[in-house]
Amino acid sequence: MAEPLHLHFAVDGQDFSSAGQASVTVKKRLRQLGFSPEVMRRVSIAMYEGEINMVIHAHGGEADVYISDTEIVIVLSDRGPGIKDVALAMQAGYSTAREEIRALGFGAGMGLPNMKKYTDEMQIDTKIGVGTTVLMKVRVKP
Amino acid sequence: MNFSALAARLSLEHAAGPVPASFDGVYAGDLLSRVMSRLEKDQLWITIMNNVNVVAVASLSEAAAVILAEDVSLLPEAAAAAEEKGIAVFRTEMTAYEICREISRLADGGAI
Ligand SMILES: Nc1ncnc2c1ncn2[C@@H]1O[C@H](COP(=O)(O)OP(=O)(O)OP(=O)(O)O)[C@@H](O)[C@H]1O
Ligand SMILES: [Mg+2]
Repeated sequence: MAEPLHLHFAVDGQDFSSAGQASVTVKKRLRQLGFSPEVMRRVSIAMYEGEINMVIHAHGGEADVYISDTEIVIVLSDRGPGIKDVALAMQAGYSTAREEIRALGFGAGMGLPNMKKYTDEMQIDTKIGVGTTVLMKVRVKP
Repeated sequence: MNFSALAARLSLEHAAGPVPASFDGVYAGDLLSRVMSRLEKDQLWITIMNNVNVVAVASLSEAAAVILAEDVSLLPEAAAAAEEKGIAVFRTEMTAYEICREISRLADGGAI
């Protein structure tokens, strides 16, 4: 691949049934492109967690994925409420998920830790009342 | 391990998706991000969650099949997603503990 392949998704903040659709699509593309199961798993799990976070905490957002031979970059941006204390949010078990969200199986407070665990690089830019952008990179071992 | 043999021995009820030939290990749990971090490819996943997100997690983790414990039924929307994504879902009245105990017993006896 000379130029990185760019995929763009709008992530609907209302629709729980399509939540995760962008991650599933990216996984399919990575498979078609011949990436290893390991890379597919890391990218799709990290992206799924980020996608779900945008749906449950930020009324949806946008996902951009850049795929090249050497790395996969995932950028998730939303105009949600922002994260007050990123260090706290990154702690395993910390969650502000509402009761009806917990009833769906979310709210373990493991999403951000999983995103960190499954990626080589992760950066969170957030501003209260403005929104949050999460950038993640998964490097592809030659 | 042989999935069909397990399904027959435990009288698992088929709820959706194609029946897998085999599985390789088991994970039981309900909190989806925990499941995402622990469930491995080709494992059986035992849970009491029945919504559409279960199908997404099983699909991304490439689970062999989902077993719904405690007489839980798959919600219609989730059943449709499971058919579409090709995720096998079974159900039973047994608890997660009882299912795990039976799998362990059958595997030790060489029955599955
Ligand atoms: N995009 C976001 N916008 C606003 N707040 C967020 C966003 N992502 C995460 N958060 C905050 O960070 C907390 C921790 O996120 P994390 O993904 O680790 O857990 P969770 O989403 O609450 O539960 P889980 O991911 O285990 O289902 C959230 O509860 C929420 O308060
Ligand atoms: Mg989360």
